Amino acid sequence: MHEWTLLSAARKVREKEISSRELTRAILDRIERHNPRINAYVTVLTEKAMKDALACDEALQKGRTLGPLHGVPVGLKDIFCTRGIRTTCGSRILHNFIPPYDATVTGKVLSSGAVLLGKQNMDEFAMGSSTETSHFGPARNPWALDRIPGGSSGGTAAAVAAGLCFAGVGTDTGGSIRQPASVCGVVGLKPTYGRVSRYGMIAFASSLDQGGPITRSVPDAAMILSVIAGHDRRDSTSVDLPVPDYLAATRESVKGLKVGLPREYFEGEGLDPGVRAAVEKTLAVLTSQGAQALEISLPHTRYALSAYYIIAPAEASSNLARYDGVRYGHRARCEGGLIEMMSRTRAEGFGAEVKRRVMIGTYALSAGYYEAYYGKAQKVRTLIRRDFEEAFSKVDVILTPTSPTPAFRIGERTGDPLTMYLSDIFTIPCNLAGIPGISVPCGMSREGLPIGAQLLGKHFREEDLFMAAAAIEREIPLPRVAPMGEA
Amino acid sequence: MAITREEVLHVARLARLALSDAEVDRLRDQLGGILDYIRQIDTLDTGDVVPTSHAVEMGTPFRDDSVRPFGGKEALLSNAPDREGDFFRVPRIIED
Repeated sequence: MHEWTLLSAARKVREKEISSRELTRAILDRIERHNPRINAYVTVLTEKAMKDALACDEALQKGRTLGPLHGVPVGLKDIFCTRGIRTTCGSRILHNFIPPYDATVTGKVLSSGAVLLGKQNMDEFAMGSSTETSHFGPARNPWALDRIPGGSSGGTAAAVAAGLCFAGVGTDTGGSIRQPASVCGVVGLKPTYGRVSRYGMIAFASSLDQGGPITRSVPDAAMILSVIAGHDRRDSTSVDLPVPDYLAATRESVKGLKVGLPREYFEGEGLDPGVRAAVEKTLAVLTSQGAQALEISLPHTRYALSAYYIIAPAEASSNLARYDGVRYGHRARCEGGLIEMMSRTRAEGFGAEVKRRVMIGTYALSAGYYEAYYGKAQKVRTLIRRDFEEAFSKVDVILTPTSPTPAFRIGERTGDPLTMYLSDIFTIPCNLAGIPGISVPCGMSREGLPIGAQLLGKHFREEDLFMAAAAIEREIPLPRVAPMGEA
Repeated sequence: MAITREEVLHVARLARLALSDAEVDRLRDQLGGILDYIRQIDTLDTGDVVPTSHAVEMGTPFRDDSVRPFGGKEALLSNAPDREGDFFRVPRIIED
């Protein structure tokens, strides 16, 4: 039953084919068996989940359901605040933080009736592409335990691919939903900036961060987005637009859909030939269904990574200033004054990657450098946004690889920060432009590792992505749960 | 782009990070490499380009300035590393 989609699990609970307790127990047993190896969860809520499942079963007996996910066990990346439940953001500095409130995403997931299984592993403060920067140790790819599950939402993607939950919610600042989804063989969507509330979602780079679903099917992702999307007065960047019927979009035909192929994404040296072939096959599938392919150009693509590695660390250095050992989290023991306490707390509480980015960001914002770095990067951001505006005057969606390679080995890129940063080269421009992007499985490498295709769409046109991704999913059937050494 | 040890220490002070000597040396090398890569954008002419701070343009949302009670005071204070009543205790601020 751990292989069921979210939608079929929800239907079976609703129609009383299975109780929420049986379903939740089965997944908790799997977590107990596999999590010591996969390390997908940093906190497992065994007792609370069983209690909540019982409450769901009792409500159902009385003919009441809370919402569309009634009784179905799910997970949340440990970046979403959960009232009374430890929320670490993968960091030592928050190892003991108990939020006094729920994130809006947490509240929406719970009020849809879902049962929360636990909090999922991630790169520290979402800074990383492999979950190796987590204070709680790396998560592992269920398809090959010596490989990374991607990052920063690697714990969530690994849990979904290992059948350790029916769906999860992650966050994406430069690819942190799509890249792990791609390398774990599952579906991941970064919504349009402003579509999902950021209230209670621990901030990394506020102008880029967005929460979104990681699931085993495209309709499941559409369901999760319809649960978590919508305006929130507590997030001033949340957009007040109606939430469309995303599930209906997954049933529409791609006939007449114009699919753009940006030549800049296919001409670099770093693109694995197997990934290229899988994406080319994906295009053939779409055109065989009546979509139309067009070559396009996004000329400023090669500057996106540079702009991102100024803007994201700059915003992060400001957002992470709040971790000072005064009100919550880790505090260093020391004899000195306030400034010394803060400086030692941060030195002990942050890992190497977070320190590196705080340093880059502080440097880029410091007196004399602001205009040359942050000011310049914001102008480049305008050029990247205009590239997409120009492209979307000709096409409806853009098709690219999600990640240039399948999952790499644990430890392979930790020595060189720049090589690690290049893992996100195809996903970063989307965040800079604020547009939505989805990764959908489209093939397997010769070593049996999953490959993902990325679709990018116009602002607030997630329906187009669901329509095209669902067509790909129907035509290229692939296993969504890793075998995990089981028959 | 070469960056000096003194610059690393200056930025670390601004960022309130007490770095070890080994960290300072490592960061000097790594930041130099990353800044070299980032400076690629210098080759772009952005003279008349307007900067983007948010990708989805919308006006400032206004709301009434009204008081709403917060019920989680105890839950919030119980996170304090050092607490005295309803206050957060910190080391002395004024150095001798």
